[in-house]
Amino acid sequence: MSAEEASAGTEVSVVGKEEGEEQQVVNPWEVSAGKGGIDYDKLVDQFGCQRLDDALVARVERLTARPPHCFLRRGLFFAHRDLNEILDLYERGERFYLYTGRGPSSEALHLGHLIPFMFTKYLQDAFKVPLVIQLTDDEKFLWKNLTVEESKRLARENAKDIIACGFDVERTFIFSDFNYVGGAFYENMVKVARCVTYNKVVGIFGFSPEDHIGKISFPPVQAVPSFPSSFPHLFSGNDQLRCLIPCAIDQDPYFRMTRDVAPRIGYQKPSLIESRFFPALQGENTKMSASDPNSAIYVTDSVKEIKTKVNKYAFSGGQDSIELHRKLGANLDVDVPIKYLNFFLEDDNELEHIKKEYKEGRMLTGEVKQRLVTVLSELVARHQRARAQVTEEMVDAFMAVRPLPNMFG
Amino acid sequence: MGYTKEQLLARLQELNIDFSCYEHPVVLTVEEQSKYVGHLGGALSKNLLLKDKKHRLYIVSALAGTKVDMKILSQRLGLGKGGLRMAPEENLLEVLQVPLGCVTPFALINESASAVSLLLDQGFKSKQICYFHPMTNDVTIALSSSNLDKFLISVGKQPAYVDLEASPVVGKDSPPDLADFVPSGVPNSSESVENVKPTNVPHQNVVPKEKQCLPEVKAKPKVQNKGAEKTQSKTPTKGTNVEKFVNDVFDIISPLFLSEVSKKLNVKQEELSSILDGFRERVAPDLESVTMSLKNASYTAGFEAGFETMLNLGLNGRPPRK
Repeated sequence: MSAEEASAGTEVSVVGKEEGEEQQVVNPWEVSAGKGGIDYDKLVDQFGCQRLDDALVARVERLTARPPHCFLRRGLFFAHRDLNEILDLYERGERFYLYTGRGPSSEALHLGHLIPFMFTKYLQDAFKVPLVIQLTDDEKFLWKNLTVEESKRLARENAKDIIACGFDVERTFIFSDFNYVGGAFYENMVKVARCVTYNKVVGIFGFSPEDHIGKISFPPVQAVPSFPSSFPHLFSGNDQLRCLIPCAIDQDPYFRMTRDVAPRIGYQKPSLIESRFFPALQGENTKMSASDPNSAIYVTDSVKEIKTKVNKYAFSGGQDSIELHRKLGANLDVDVPIKYLNFFLEDDNELEHIKKEYKEGRMLTGEVKQRLVTVLSELVARHQRARAQVTEEMVDAFMAVRPLPNMFG
Repeated sequence: MGYTKEQLLARLQELNIDFSCYEHPVVLTVEEQSKYVGHLGGALSKNLLLKDKKHRLYIVSALAGTKVDMKILSQRLGLGKGGLRMAPEENLLEVLQVPLGCVTPFALINESASAVSLLLDQGFKSKQICYFHPMTNDVTIALSSSNLDKFLISVGKQPAYVDLEASPVVGKDSPPDLADFVPSGVPNSSESVENVKPTNVPHQNVVPKEKQCLPEVKAKPKVQNKGAEKTQSKTPTKGTNVEKFVNDVFDIISPLFLSEVSKKLNVKQEELSSILDGFRERVAPDLESVTMSLKNASYTAGFEAGFETMLNLGLNGRPPRK
């Protein structure tokens, strides 16, 4: 996906107070919040997407005959465009496919990066649909100081972590732009490019006259995986197959462009399901950054490292002393361990219990953090074990331009 | 030589089938027929002879007012979207041995029509009297649907009534509901239908009593919202399904574990099984993860082997299919 963050808002940039409390900026290249953090209601209004309400979650549960994913239940994926249309067509027995991706800027992946992939895996299993995953190594080359070889290498390395999330090789096609762009994919890129003026793309993405033309002509590369004709080896003859894109909400402007262009070139608009940003350990308004390993939990962290990071760096909403805490309770709005548990603790009842006890001062920060460490350790251990099983040949298999005969099975 | 009208009527009498007979000038359409018998209170039928791409024939016999959509019917039979056409005149003359405009279920008395499939409109069952042609279209026979059934059984055809106006969804998870009507000997559908929905096809040796209600084939249209509830039971039993594998593992372990532990610790099985359920939920993600790793690794090994075979041996490396 575009920018560093394929996933939920890594590298939320800190903008100084000069920015003004009312102004928040959210686009694929920059995410900055006002004083109180991101105002999601305002964002949804501004972008014109829709909120995912309980009725829709219940409908997903009904249609897939399984409990909805934690991220849906807890409102981490909270907005959408035309998700109901996807559900309608699914109910009628029609098909769709999933599309997500990552900009492989670094080898080190943290939990925030994994979130869209974890959710996409759930969607793949629940709806039994195929998935295309785009690794935008060309984008990283264009935006960062990398060589082509390094970009390609990072793409392959990231592919391994993505595979470790548990995607089904019978239903998943992973590709990197340097390897795959060409043919029908390129034809679609050019079709999209012809429909977007320079002014428009500057308006959407904030390009400047000093930006090189590589950047300016890049957006179509990320638009066209939304169109099934970009993958003739998978969807040949099925030009009108619908696409659902799970992504973080900062990607929205990007797919607004795609949705605007689609009907003009005779294609269906992709639908979106969008997530909030994942907070850095030190708090909502801080930056998750590769240069600060303590800002996030990485998939390569050991149990010990996880414990240290959570205990030392996770921003607590508890009071400064035990007495004060027992008296006043914790501030759940800023407490990072609670936010993390909200995403990763499966058991709804246990979560409610912890929140209640913590808020009313009966549970201490230490206990909450301890629970979080256990949850995160399990998650990371599972990922590491799966990651260890991923071979170069397996990456080749996932990335091979091959038919997927059982992709809807 | 096909049965004549007289021979048919004689047969009906032999079988003690109640019917009335009306003569009129030759009619080629339902409208014309209704001019002569429409006022008598019975239900007119329209009868179509249809043919699929593999030259199999179907008589679709419906109430005159029933809408028959050939595209939908084609899909329900598993013939794809445009699989059904009106049969050419020759088929009427050669197979059914009836003249033009005279398609009728009674034509099935002819040996030549033994492979023809019959779809009857379930609307007939609610009518006291239905009108059909007997081998010629200058006569109309009036009889009840149960008497028609009697006739059909006598010629070795199981009467099967279908909701012809239903348009159920046909897809990977819901196989064509009328697939059983396709004359056998040829595969039904081009899609790999993993689950053939059990339809209540009555057995050949059921001999109905005089006015018994015969078992009908319930067309099971996929009603919109039932999709979800039915989905679980319709999960294709494929060897590569990870969730199913994990469930199978638990199904193997649980009963043995429960019985052994409950014996050893002298605890009731019911108490243990709730613990086991919780345990199952906690273990499932990890178990699914390792299973998926195994699946992906196996696929990869196969993929590599296939690739090497192609590289070194070309198409000779693979034994010919079929």
